[in-house]
Amino acid sequence: MLQKYKQYRFLFEELVKRDFTKKYKRTILGMAWSVISPLVNLLIMWMVFGKLLGSNVNHYAIYLFSGQLIFAYFSDATNLGMTSLVSNASVFTKVNVPKYLFLFSQNVSSLINFALTLLIYFLFVAVEGIPFTWKFLLLVYPILCLVIFNLGMGLILSALYVFFRDMQYLWGIATQLIMWLSAIFYSIDTFPPTAKNLFLLNPLYLFIRYFRKIVIEGVIPAPQFHLLMLLDALLAFGIGAWMYKRYNAEFLYYV
Amino acid sequence: MEKILEVSHVTIGYKIGDFRDIGLKEWTVRHLTRNYHVEIFQAVHDVSFELNKGEMLGIIGGNGAGKSTLLKAVSGIMEPTAGSITRRGGVSALLELGSGFDGDLTVTENAYLRGAMLGYTRAFMDEMIGQIIDFAELREFAGRPFKQLSTGMQSRLAFSIASLVQPEILILDEVLSVGDGAFREKSAKKMREIIGGGAATILVSHSLEQVRELCSKVLWLNRGEQIAFGSDVEGICAGYEDFLATGRIAQP
Repeated sequence: MLQKYKQYRFLFEELVKRDFTKKYKRTILGMAWSVISPLVNLLIMWMVFGKLLGSNVNHYAIYLFSGQLIFAYFSDATNLGMTSLVSNASVFTKVNVPKYLFLFSQNVSSLINFALTLLIYFLFVAVEGIPFTWKFLLLVYPILCLVIFNLGMGLILSALYVFFRDMQYLWGIATQLIMWLSAIFYSIDTFPPTAKNLFLLNPLYLFIRYFRKIVIEGVIPAPQFHLLMLLDALLAFGIGAWMYKRYNAEFLYYV
Repeated sequence: MEKILEVSHVTIGYKIGDFRDIGLKEWTVRHLTRNYHVEIFQAVHDVSFELNKGEMLGIIGGNGAGKSTLLKAVSGIMEPTAGSITRRGGVSALLELGSGFDGDLTVTENAYLRGAMLGYTRAFMDEMIGQIIDFAELREFAGRPFKQLSTGMQSRLAFSIASLVQPEILILDEVLSVGDGAFREKSAKKMREIIGGGAATILVSHSLEQVRELCSKVLWLNRGEQIAFGSDVEGICAGYEDFLATGRIAQP
């Protein structure tokens, strides 16, 4: 295991470097763009829902940003990760390398994007006058779960995409749907209890809610809430890993 | 003699049919109407051979004989449907040299990426990069995007990287015909060095001249079937030439 890790670390690093170079085309602005675009999105949403329609949610800008931050990472990681296996077909049909490395390296650039946006997020939190407490350290937990969850979803989607090329369009629609169902710009506080519980089935909502609880309300969510997040993350990752193991020799025929 | 590679009764089925690129909707419809067909094409059927240390095996046969498929199984990219492959040592495969490089990366970056794929370490690449670029005669192109290179230059780079290590098993698929005359000579010399270093090498070539010159064993495949295998290089090559001329396989 350790030997294998050592052997593939160099390849992983080189793949990350390649994906990064290609994504940003060696421009400094390239990296800025990928952070600016979710921020512009945020600004529009804040003007429409916060100012025009008037939301009475406390710290609405942060409420919105929490949702946007997590959703943007999820959307980026899954939509880019989906094609990672197919676009590296010329490599894995010629050289025997572990196929999941392509997805993992693709995820690193999404993660870096997320980290940059997170910094801006904290800047906004400071501007809004929300005090930083030790509880903020707990945010590591949902981030960790989210990374595992995104990797898992990426594994599942990239494997499916090899077999079904129309997954790209289907997932595009699904992503839109998930966005509307994740309570990014609206609040579900006035919803009936049954509807509220249904939202707990959406893993993305859990991550967003965790952020809001800690940052805006300063409350640590219940232990069950932690467990549910971990369960979702491990479930996605487990299914993805199983698919890669099961279809490892099959991918070759479809590319 | 130390046996390094043992391939026994290997059969490799290749999935073919109209299942590719059909999308989820079409896939569902075809399953519902029982119109979904996948055929298994036997690309390689019941092939056995073995290779010792320091030997070079030439694989000959026409297009579609199953040579590349067999090599993919030996290098671990494909799994045989039946039979077994036993490797005692690392495999370094050079299949279709030019592919797998990235056009947007520079020559140096591509060299590192390829080195990583072949299982080298970073320290090893740091040490060797100068030598690789020099051997490929690409010194003045090192910082240029890979897509600006000619096909010959691309193959030269690939060969330089792959020929660096001394793997236990080296697979060469049509790679000795790389580059111009001068480079070909250089690469052939390098090849003999590697074989001399004790590697077991598999060479796929359409040049019988090359096979006669370099190989100590020959495997002849035709439409996935093993026609002949042995160290009688001259005899098998002659039989193959005869087959090419008459279209009939004379039983040895």
